Amino acid sequence: MRKQVRIFLFCCLAVLLPTSAQARLEAQRSVLENGLVLLTSEQRALPMVTFNLLLKAGSRYDSQGGEGLANLTAQLLTYGTKKRTALEISETLDFIGANLSAGCSEELATISLTLLKKHLPIGLELLAEILTESVFPQEEIERQKQMVIASIKGKLEDPGEIAQMKFMEALYPRSPYGRPVEGTEASVKAIPREDLSKFYERYYRPDRAILAVVGDVSHREMLAGLEDAFKRWKGGTSGREVLPAPAAGPPDFIRVDKKITQANIVIGHEGVRRGHPDYYAIQVMSYILGGGGFSSRLMESIRNQRGLAYSVYSSFYSEKDVGTFEVTMQTKNQTAEEAIRITKEEIRRLREEGVSEEELAAVKSYLTGSFPLRLDTNARIAGFLSHMEHFELGLNYVDRYPDLIGAVSREDVRRVAERYLRPERLIVVVVADQEKAALK
Amino acid sequence: MTFGVALLATSLFAVPRPASTAETQEVVLENGLKVLLLENHKSPAVTFQVWYRVGSRNEIDGKSGLSHFLEHMMFKGTAKTGPEEYSRIIAKNGGRSNAFTSSDVTVYFATMSRDKIGIAIDLEADRMANARLDGKFFEPEKKVIMEERRLRTEDNPVSALAEITGAVTYTVHPYRRPVIGWMGDIEGLTREDLREHYRTYYAPNNAFLVVVGDFSTPEILAQIKAAFGKIPRGPAPPRVNVEEPPQRGERRVILKKEAELPVLLLDYHVPNTESPDSFALDLLTTVLAGGRSSRLYQELVYHKRLAQSVGADYSGLSVDPTVLSVSARVMPDKDSSEVERIIDSLLSQVRSEPVSEREIEKAKNQVEAAFVFGQDSVFGQARRIGFYEITTRWQDLESYLPGIRKVTAADILRVAKKYLDPDRRTIGTLIPIKENSP
Repeated sequence: MRKQVRIFLFCCLAVLLPTSAQARLEAQRSVLENGLVLLTSEQRALPMVTFNLLLKAGSRYDSQGGEGLANLTAQLLTYGTKKRTALEISETLDFIGANLSAGCSEELATISLTLLKKHLPIGLELLAEILTESVFPQEEIERQKQMVIASIKGKLEDPGEIAQMKFMEALYPRSPYGRPVEGTEASVKAIPREDLSKFYERYYRPDRAILAVVGDVSHREMLAGLEDAFKRWKGGTSGREVLPAPAAGPPDFIRVDKKITQANIVIGHEGVRRGHPDYYAIQVMSYILGGGGFSSRLMESIRNQRGLAYSVYSSFYSEKDVGTFEVTMQTKNQTAEEAIRITKEEIRRLREEGVSEEELAAVKSYLTGSFPLRLDTNARIAGFLSHMEHFELGLNYVDRYPDLIGAVSREDVRRVAERYLRPERLIVVVVADQEKAALK
Repeated sequence: MTFGVALLATSLFAVPRPASTAETQEVVLENGLKVLLLENHKSPAVTFQVWYRVGSRNEIDGKSGLSHFLEHMMFKGTAKTGPEEYSRIIAKNGGRSNAFTSSDVTVYFATMSRDKIGIAIDLEADRMANARLDGKFFEPEKKVIMEERRLRTEDNPVSALAEITGAVTYTVHPYRRPVIGWMGDIEGLTREDLREHYRTYYAPNNAFLVVVGDFSTPEILAQIKAAFGKIPRGPAPPRVNVEEPPQRGERRVILKKEAELPVLLLDYHVPNTESPDSFALDLLTTVLAGGRSSRLYQELVYHKRLAQSVGADYSGLSVDPTVLSVSARVMPDKDSSEVERIIDSLLSQVRSEPVSEREIEKAKNQVEAAFVFGQDSVFGQARRIGFYEITTRWQDLESYLPGIRKVTAADILRVAKKYLDPDRRTIGTLIPIKENSP
């Protein structure tokens, strides 16, 4: 491939659905009695159905010292329920050719399921079991702990992962956002079974969940199916939770020595929450700086003009309660310093000189035009709908979007560049053969 | 598909019909350019792909990476467009574009809305005939590709193992060379090499188009004819007629590299989809490593906890005979020779006893479901049509599921016996080390 394609969710959320795509999306929303929000989009072209379930059960709910609990809970969901052992779950899924996976990020646990329409009843049954009757057998806990620890070790093989981890650690010290979702070897080993069951009881609740279902099924069919399968799933008692917003760490320059041929660089600082009023202006600005693939300024000056990197990318990544700005790139050890210098220069230029009318027009038409084309699979539509709900964008988001992007002016871009690109706050992480990189 | 139905399906309220590949239309222009069109009105996107029948398979020693380098330089403009303008024009019109190179093909693609796809058609036709490869961007782009190689291979232990194992699996066939090229070769490539490669392989008669998505066939065909029809046919490119001699005895490769987890890779020589054995090979790999209930996963990952992950990969969609690869990423502090011993015994088992009827049924269900899921994106659908076309012909895609359904336990036993022969394999082992500063 000519470039590394990194797709962040904010891209999906940032862009509009024009009428035709919207008509084809035909999203419908219901709130079930137990609090579960259901979104559906009927897509009859293929006899398949895709589920995307989000739960507010991410690693931000881990305690200090108890890191990895949220992730381990998610990983164990498919390893034993009251009715089925881990082996029986695998056998059931494989026999119908279904794909079921569970994952975890800082804010959310995610369960995805894709199956043929004819297997919908068994799929619903399994989902319901996982959500209401997981039992966390001791043997499976030990097994999954070993797997997670292997995965933690395996990531140390990837210098890009190391750079990312160090960056988050420096950006959000003393916050779950700064700690790895998977935890550490020591913290994972120490998690007791009891904590898993408690976490599951507390956070795997329908009133903390959003379910998007896309495919060969109607909203009404899903409502009926869920009512039956999910009747045992009851809401929790916890009130509205107040979570402290993480405070950003000071600027820093972090070097990690590793005998590799390329310096893996992350440069950035705090960004904005998804609900921030300047969110859209920032997305437009960010696209021009380094989000726009081959059209971005960083790509032009670092890759095209100088041949310093294969992949260079910047983004303002927004979660519900936190946001991050980061530039990531890789260049041979010897040119690390030059690439960092040029990145800083592009940030300065954008802040001081703003953008041209032509650049602005090109971004707007890309953002508004490309989105419906991205919603070209059931999985992407399901991901989009569930996140639209999570970020409280509203079903009319697709109608509002053209105005949100259209309203961004050159002055807005200059203003948000000046305000949200903060050269004095930059945290720079360089994982490299430090001797060869010889950074000053 | 009738045009009436197609037009109806594009209206907002009609339920789009499933687009089966059987409905693909084939048209060959006078200059030899084959056009494969499949209307699919599921989403408002059209994917337009140009497939050139050239990849690392067509390269020679000392010039590896040439096809991939050319792919990069195809974005550096023509008489009409400036460097990187291609990508900018597509993006400005709400589209996405990129390209990839494999051993067998170089593919350029753009995904746009129906009313804009003509822009991609014109740009692709222009660069099929008029690419300007010798600009001042040659040297910087060479550096970009060297960075790409560092990123993908030099600093990635798993890829590095796959590369070096491939270089031993094949002795004479060009599949022994990496698609991206060896570092020294990339460094030595010249502008003249690129121009020669372009002249030799980039012609309508050595390419085909695959278009899938929300369009009307007569409309888009007219656009394609207008843009590509005037490009002259080129001389027939040289054919690659290299046959890998049969392997006689196991080969081994050890790679010691800065890494965390050991990796094992076992390459077995197998045929492509030209052979009817390829259906049974697909099911065999599914029985071995398709899902958490598969044999390798159960034994190595679940019960013995010796491997973090296992794989058995086979795609018969290659121009020449290919490999079936069995792989395992070993758990920390576990012995990779123990993992190898167990893989060996599991493979011996499928070579001596027929797999159960339930396992075959499960594997068939998995393959069939994956086939349906694979049609979910227009890009994926186009990609599949293209890969069938380069291997045999796109029409064979239709006989895939019927072929799978016919496979019996006896077939799987027979192909396992025939191809999973220890004397015909190459085993690569990654041994993690901590490299010290020189």
